[in-house]
Amino acid sequence: MQPVLLWSDLFIWLLVAAGVIGAWWSARQPLLAAAWARVGRSRPGMAAATLLAAFALVGLLDSLHYRPQLPAKDGEKAAYSIEVLSVLDALLTPLRTRVEKTYSAPLATRAYAKEMLEIRQPDGSVVKQRDYPRLRHGGAALGDDEGRAGADIAGRALRALAVAALVWLALCALVARRIAGHGAPAAASIEPAGEPLAFGAAWCRLWRGDTAFAWNAVLATLGIVLAIACVLAGLAGEYHVFGTDKVGQDVLYQVLKSVRTALVIGLVTTLVTLPLAVFLGIVAGYFRGWIDDLIQYLYTTLNSIPGVLLIAAAVLMMQVVIDTHPQWFATAAERADLRLLALCFILGLTSWTGLARLLRGEALKLRELEYVQAAQAFGVSDLRILGRHLLPNLMHIVIIALVMDFSGLVLAEAVLSYVGIGVDPTMISFGTMINNARMELGREPVVWWSLTAAFAFMFVLVLAANLLADAVRDAFDPRMAR
Amino acid sequence: MLAYIVRRLLYAIPILIGVNLLTFALFFVVNTPDDMARMQLGVKRVTPEAIEKWKAERGYDKPLFVNGAAAGVGAVTETIFFEKSARMFAGDFGRAEDGRDIAREIRTRMVPSLAIALPTFVLGLFVTVSFALLLAFFRATPLDFWGVVLCVAMMSISGLFYIIGGQYLFSKIFRLVPISGFGEGLDALRFLVLPVLIGVVSGIGSSTRWYRTIFLEEINKDYVRTARAKGLSETAVLFGHVLRNALIPILTGVVVVIPLLFMGSLLTESFFGIPGLGSYTIDAINAQDFAVVRAMVFIGSVLYIVGLILTDISYTLVDPRIRFN
Repeated sequence: MQPVLLWSDLFIWLLVAAGVIGAWWSARQPLLAAAWARVGRSRPGMAAATLLAAFALVGLLDSLHYRPQLPAKDGEKAAYSIEVLSVLDALLTPLRTRVEKTYSAPLATRAYAKEMLEIRQPDGSVVKQRDYPRLRHGGAALGDDEGRAGADIAGRALRALAVAALVWLALCALVARRIAGHGAPAAASIEPAGEPLAFGAAWCRLWRGDTAFAWNAVLATLGIVLAIACVLAGLAGEYHVFGTDKVGQDVLYQVLKSVRTALVIGLVTTLVTLPLAVFLGIVAGYFRGWIDDLIQYLYTTLNSIPGVLLIAAAVLMMQVVIDTHPQWFATAAERADLRLLALCFILGLTSWTGLARLLRGEALKLRELEYVQAAQAFGVSDLRILGRHLLPNLMHIVIIALVMDFSGLVLAEAVLSYVGIGVDPTMISFGTMINNARMELGREPVVWWSLTAAFAFMFVLVLAANLLADAVRDAFDPRMAR
Repeated sequence: MLAYIVRRLLYAIPILIGVNLLTFALFFVVNTPDDMARMQLGVKRVTPEAIEKWKAERGYDKPLFVNGAAAGVGAVTETIFFEKSARMFAGDFGRAEDGRDIAREIRTRMVPSLAIALPTFVLGLFVTVSFALLLAFFRATPLDFWGVVLCVAMMSISGLFYIIGGQYLFSKIFRLVPISGFGEGLDALRFLVLPVLIGVVSGIGSSTRWYRTIFLEEINKDYVRTARAKGLSETAVLFGHVLRNALIPILTGVVVVIPLLFMGSLLTESFFGIPGLGSYTIDAINAQDFAVVRAMVFIGSVLYIVGLILTDISYTLVDPRIRFN
């Protein structure tokens, strides 16, 4: 196979690197470290962070792309498929390839619509009859013994739950050991005699939530996530757990693929927003005068155009550019990816104004404080004052805004895709899923599973982001300081 | 006061010019009219003659800024910038792809948009402020806690869900109201109930939470303690003092959106098939009708600037501390 680095992959991994560096840096800053420790104490916040980590894992697996090698003919150079796959696609190969004809309900063994079937009678004659045909893949292992489907599903789910419980207990024990060790290196593999009591005590403390880090919330969330993931994994091999859509594609696969799109929109956009907002906001507040006037004029002008319309105008124009330059893109995935990235840039360029205004206001206040005046009196250069004295004291606003924006952007993607100015129609996202499925409620019987799955996953993702944002705001906002 | 308003109005002019230049750059400089013609005509019918004809029909065949061929004032006026962008200041938006006059279309479509947006706004404000006041009254009790939980959950639900779910529940299952459409006069009422209801419900989460923090901030101030100390009941404190003072940030915060109500709501109108400005915009975006999108961008920014000016004026009217400075 041939690795492919899409532009959005690059940005995602850059963000991961930035996150790691940021974590390392803030661990060395006593104030920031204390604030993050406060976030760590918040139970809803940590439960949300655990959920987000699960989503991030899916998204990151989906950000390692490659082009599989086509079966090579002798003596020819290796050829690669024009289809770009990701590691997640490879893991989900059964879900991706087992396509039905059209709609099928969750966990169904038969199709959604009746068809003319030829049924072979025991005496060898063939009778034509209208009935629901068996699915090609859903419950295929059952053979003719369809009645066993319920028992089979329950058995698989129970086995998966047992595995989940085992893994979860092992994780709990690991954490309890960690707490029992309390600072001792976790690698100490041999338990000294007489320690079991401490281990039991640690277990109790963990259970009561009497730890500096909200381990019990993390473990409880992890338990739920593990249970759901294991049951889904146990059943997905044989059934379409969330059903299939109009073209017979598995909805579970689509939902998992949507996660990456949502994460890219929510995270890469901030990559565009942050430098603009931070630089322009602080500079306007610090220098005042004509620089301030100019920057204020800039953001009032940008702000005065209604957001959706500005995005619509920019996306329409971008579409013209993409359509008139087909030679730029080697594969359809690259084109869709670039469109996604362009959408992030447009969203970023239109949404930096709010944060910039906040930062300008704060910088106006800070520049009058004694320590800044002292720095000026010492002849410290303006650039150094901005970087060393103002920026660290505005960091909490930046972090709060960063976390708060995420959920709004994920929700915006769905709306923009509905309006027709969102991601490429070929790219799987919550927005395109909802857009394709919204007319299905008008069918008889109702096709509810695509919409429900998309809305449910989006709800969980956004709710987790909102809860984490609240925890971060409570911990970082100095007005909330206890 | 008058001088203040005049100053604010004068300040709006450079912003409007900026918006105008920005949209012009977006629509004509990033892409040439040739690109637009190719897009509109489709791949099959593109010939140089067809493109020229398309451009000539819409007046896109002139130079962008300076027309060297024309004499005198014509050098400036017979250009795309003057005809398509500068004329918007006079309320002349040109014609849409289907040949209709955009300005006229906007005037007729404004009414249905307002019929939805205005009740949604007023009802929504009333509901969210009352709910927030309720939560503030029962602060630090289980009711407050679960109320906030409800708000966070409600603001995490996509706006599309409220619309799709509401239509499904009330129109398809209960058959209480028609799924979509619009009528004249009193008949319009039954088409309006559901969109307004959904608009109100979908706004509850985030607004209530915001208003609640405003109320709580106000409750912790000194004058509230004084009011309690002189023996006022909690109800009297809340309605007589806190509500009045907290309404200042709330009202001035919402004044800015009042002019934008004219623009209607993109989602609601297109889902409910209401012939307002929101669905007009969506149709234009889907049909890639650049003239209409450009006109809507311009009108939207004018209304936003009007909202900003109204905000400033309302600040001075409501808050005497600002008026006397």
